[in-house]
Amino acid sequence: MPSTDNTVVHFRRVTYAPPGVGAPIIDALDLEVQRGETLVLLGESGCGKTTTLRLVNRLLEPTSGEVLVEGKDTRAWDAIELRRRTGYVIQDAGLFPHFNVGRNVGLVPTLEGWEESRIGTRVEELLRLVGLEPEKFTERFPAELSGGQRQRVGVARALAADPPLLLMDEPFGALDPLTRAALQREFAALQKRLNKTVVFVTHDVREALLLGTRVALMSAGRVVLLDTPDAFLRSDEPHARAYRETLAPLSDL
Amino acid sequence: MRWFEFMQRNWGEVLELTGEHLLLVAVSTLIAVAIGLPVGLLLTRRAAWKRPVLAVANIFQTVPSLALFGFIIPLKYVGGIGWHPAVVALVLYALLPVIRNTVTGVEGVERSVREAAVAMGMTDRQVLRQVELPLAAPVILAGVRVATVISVGVATIAAAIGAGGLGTLIFRGLRQYDNRLILAGAIPAALLALAADALIGLIESRLDVRRRAARGRSKRDALVLRTAAAALAVAVLAGGGFAVWRWSAKADVKVGSKDFTESIILAEIFAQGLEARGLKVARRYELGGNIAHDALVAGEVDVYPEYTGTSLMSILKRPPSTDARAVYETVKSEYAARFDVEVGPPLGFEDTFAVLVRSTDARRLNLKTVSDAAPHAPRWRAGFGQDFMSRADGYEGFARAYGLQFSGRPREMDLSLSYRALAEGQVDVIAGNSTDGMIATLGLTQLEDDRHYFPPYEAVLLLRRDTLERLPAAREVLQKLAGSISTEEMRRLNYEVDGNKRPAADVVREWRRAKGL
Repeated sequence: MPSTDNTVVHFRRVTYAPPGVGAPIIDALDLEVQRGETLVLLGESGCGKTTTLRLVNRLLEPTSGEVLVEGKDTRAWDAIELRRRTGYVIQDAGLFPHFNVGRNVGLVPTLEGWEESRIGTRVEELLRLVGLEPEKFTERFPAELSGGQRQRVGVARALAADPPLLLMDEPFGALDPLTRAALQREFAALQKRLNKTVVFVTHDVREALLLGTRVALMSAGRVVLLDTPDAFLRSDEPHARAYRETLAPLSDL
Repeated sequence: MRWFEFMQRNWGEVLELTGEHLLLVAVSTLIAVAIGLPVGLLLTRRAAWKRPVLAVANIFQTVPSLALFGFIIPLKYVGGIGWHPAVVALVLYALLPVIRNTVTGVEGVERSVREAAVAMGMTDRQVLRQVELPLAAPVILAGVRVATVISVGVATIAAAIGAGGLGTLIFRGLRQYDNRLILAGAIPAALLALAADALIGLIESRLDVRRRAARGRSKRDALVLRTAAAALAVAVLAGGGFAVWRWSAKADVKVGSKDFTESIILAEIFAQGLEARGLKVARRYELGGNIAHDALVAGEVDVYPEYTGTSLMSILKRPPSTDARAVYETVKSEYAARFDVEVGPPLGFEDTFAVLVRSTDARRLNLKTVSDAAPHAPRWRAGFGQDFMSRADGYEGFARAYGLQFSGRPREMDLSLSYRALAEGQVDVIAGNSTDGMIATLGLTQLEDDRHYFPPYEAVLLLRRDTLERLPAAREVLQKLAGSISTEEMRRLNYEVDGNKRPAADVVREWRRAKGL
């Protein structure tokens, strides 16, 4: 359902409280994600950034308010259709340990009923895109991959059916610093080529500033600052200042 | 190696019973999986049902197996004796490990993997079939493995309700104090359990995706697995086919017996009498406890041998009486009124407690009755079985009735050992079974119960009345057997089976020929 509107995801006064628990995790949240941008949700653990992400592909439904994707309430979407056109990458990749790399990457195309040969071509293409040689990796199982390789496969799997929207939940959070830096750079380059709409969750301010078109700083279930990385660095907002101070080079200490 | 010779002679029956056993286990385990797997999966979707359902399955497994078999007999449709109720009981036992491991296995799938599956746009069914089930398979299979091994063990108890299987040999061996028989049942059962454990273990390791991924695919493994699976399938089919054929054979009369030698011999005497008149007979022998009675009332058997005293006290729950005529009449009229069962004419002997002394003593002291022996008692040592010491109609009342005073307190010993202790002079008086074959062979003499202290235990056949109406030949056989077996004859028949270890069917055939029946 293409929309003439340039807003891909629209949160309208969304509150989310888990069933049985009183305190809301998301509290009257308003947020718009524009087509083609990478919106980074930055915040501490428990600020509601992952919950926000999970509301987009209807892994959760809002307690009140509405989440619109392509102008349509997520509850009006067929959940399966919505998820198949929304790529999803999570921290420890969540690869299926009993599927080899090829089957993992080709999962959504298989669910969508693509032809065998078309899936094969697509898997090959995607593995190259994320920097893995298809000849070497297609037949391997997740247990035979390094953490970085698993995360690359996770990204390839999310991109498989060419979804216009990509949700990424701390995809590089569990990697060692060097691998993380390499993947961040590659992802930034990839994003320039693919021009997807991306919602990216992280608690790493460097990552947020490096990858984000805009940064949404979250605290206690609300967005306290939403601006470009440059504006973020100049902001007087107390949370933003606190984050900025962590960026001081070692030589300044 | 006596045991190997024994196995050589009896391998046919051992093989047949192994087949029955295998089929019992295979069918019940398959049904348990067919029920337990969907139930387990449902529980992973309905968290609130998990505790109550697992609790119920848990309860079934804690019920002692013999008791569970007992509970099932009176139930409609699923109950009764023989193959079906045994399968029902085995399924109930196997359910818990299958359900619990299904739940554990599915819940053990990593959160991130399940979440990724949902987020990729898999339907619930796809998540289940493509992700949760394959990943939970090794744990589920471990449950099936436990269920199978338990079933192999519990199925030996199923022999008590006439389901056949290797338990038949074990029970028979226990009864006849014959270790070879016990081993002939126990060893194949143990081998079955080990084989099942190993085979399912092999499948389990093949299904473990993590291990498979690390190891790659091995053609040899697949071959071993396929061969083993094929061998198992052939064994189940062969054993099962035979067992099914045997059970489904149409019979005119189903003859039952209790689980001791004399009862089997009496049942066989009746069965051969029917067969001599051209009737087809199904034998449902060796039914434990009061199962034979329940089976008779439920129509699972048409006839079985019983003792009037047992009917009076164990079934009708009446106080003991010493008047044989009155006991017989009471049992006859009560059975007709309450169970629609006819009590046949007495077969000619009683199986009651027999006060025994060495024949040499009996001759020397000219002892005929217990009263004759009373004056000698203070110089005698007595040895009695546990049963006799504790029963209402046992030792205490007996000593009081005759004013007996033994030298010291009677020694409590195993009944079969007491015969030998008497023969060897370690004790001077025992209470045996009046029809025990060892009385004649060990040179013992039974003293007459001249004060009629022991309740009468006259042997009779109990028949369903509808069977008698349907088959006049059955009544002919019944009439012919009235008063036909003396106590001495019964002792000899018992000794042929228990002492000389001969098959009851052969012993009975000879007896019938000698009697001109």
